[in-house]
Amino acid sequence: MINKIVASVGAAVADIHDGATVMIGGFGTAGMPSELIDALIEQGAKHLTIVNNNAGNGDMGLALLLKHKRVRKIICSFPRQTDSWHFDALYKAGEIELELVPQGNLAERIRAAGAGIGAFYTPTGYGTLLAQGKETREIDGRHHVLEYPIRADFALIKALRGDRWGNLVYRKTARNFGPIMASAAACTIAQVREVVNLGDLDPEDVVTPGIFVKRVVEVPAAVKLVAQPGAAA
Amino acid sequence: MNRYTREQMATRVARDIPNGAYVNLGIGLPTLVANHLPKDREIILHTENGLLGMGPAPEPGAEDADLINAGKQPVTALAGASFFHHADSFGMMRGGHLDFCVLGAFQVSITGDLANWHTGAKDAIPAVGGAMDLAIGAKNVYVMMEHLTKKGESKIVAQCTYPLTGIGCVSRIFTDLAVLDVTPQGLAVVEIVEGLSFDELQRLSGVPLIPQRSARAAD
Repeated sequence: MINKIVASVGAAVADIHDGATVMIGGFGTAGMPSELIDALIEQGAKHLTIVNNNAGNGDMGLALLLKHKRVRKIICSFPRQTDSWHFDALYKAGEIELELVPQGNLAERIRAAGAGIGAFYTPTGYGTLLAQGKETREIDGRHHVLEYPIRADFALIKALRGDRWGNLVYRKTARNFGPIMASAAACTIAQVREVVNLGDLDPEDVVTPGIFVKRVVEVPAAVKLVAQPGAAA
Repeated sequence: MNRYTREQMATRVARDIPNGAYVNLGIGLPTLVANHLPKDREIILHTENGLLGMGPAPEPGAEDADLINAGKQPVTALAGASFFHHADSFGMMRGGHLDFCVLGAFQVSITGDLANWHTGAKDAIPAVGGAMDLAIGAKNVYVMMEHLTKKGESKIVAQCTYPLTGIGCVSRIFTDLAVLDVTPQGLAVVEIVEGLSFDELQRLSGVPLIPQRSARAAD
């Protein structure tokens, strides 16, 4: 019997090693797997490379992982926000490496890794600082930049419901990076609000097929979070 | 000097978004446009974090932390809305499916180069988000900005001095003083705020502009 359900967040992240590349889902706090991140902080892995759209918000989740100095490098598109003080301090002190990637290139590089694409040409970023030193090519009269996939050892993502085969459905805009990160990591760990029986998810509605997911851990919804306005993308 | 207010600018931009358009509104000033879209047009708003058919802010107390816009503010989803992941969302831009985006800017050049993500200052923490993808992806890139900096320098320039977001990507510029089109012949004035002459606009802008009449003749 296939059973990807793991009993606890601690057990789910137990083998994340020092120096691992870890994708973390979420756009701001929507879709951020905070309980898995808390478990990773507890577990103690360090010198991590983190892939996320942002670089932490406030004093929770990814921001705390940064605060505890577990992150050597972050690959993201929008680190600077009104509540990114932990990243800001580390960056200014030269204690964290930043690879800044246009948001669509970040998404497509992750998708490419999951889809087995060697590299791809994209018009995004051509002629800008973020394409400096990269190969370019003119295709159909338009300039493109060569971008390589981003793959990871682990992905930590959050979904609404999952089953023991690892099939997932998401909730609203909390879906964001979940499906593509799930496909791009050697070991994808999903925290779900509810584990359901096989067959309870309509196959027509499954967003991430279980083949992309190694572990599912149930984390029931805690207190309702309210979006923090004012922080930019 | 007479200027369009921010609300008037938003109304003016909204007027140039046709019925049936798929539109992404950038963070800041462009967000205002949503409140001024003509009620008799069906316009579908895209937010890059994964929603088409974005509606207005929810009633107080009805906020949902899983339903936010690119500025991470709570929003609603209209009947007919759809959710999707990030690679699909940016495929909508890069793939040329989005009709319009409205972006803020630090500078726009007379050839339509856009600078809006980074001041280039050494101590600044850079952040780019989806700006570069929107700049090269949307079929029409509208820029909405003040015409002049706080120091009175023109934000319309011969060549951008801030780091670029995209090259030759801007199609129309809406400022508090004028509406201008980027054309192969140069920047063409579409309209000027009442009470401001073409000569005065050109002097303030510091770059050559094509007056309205000849711009029309060139059409």
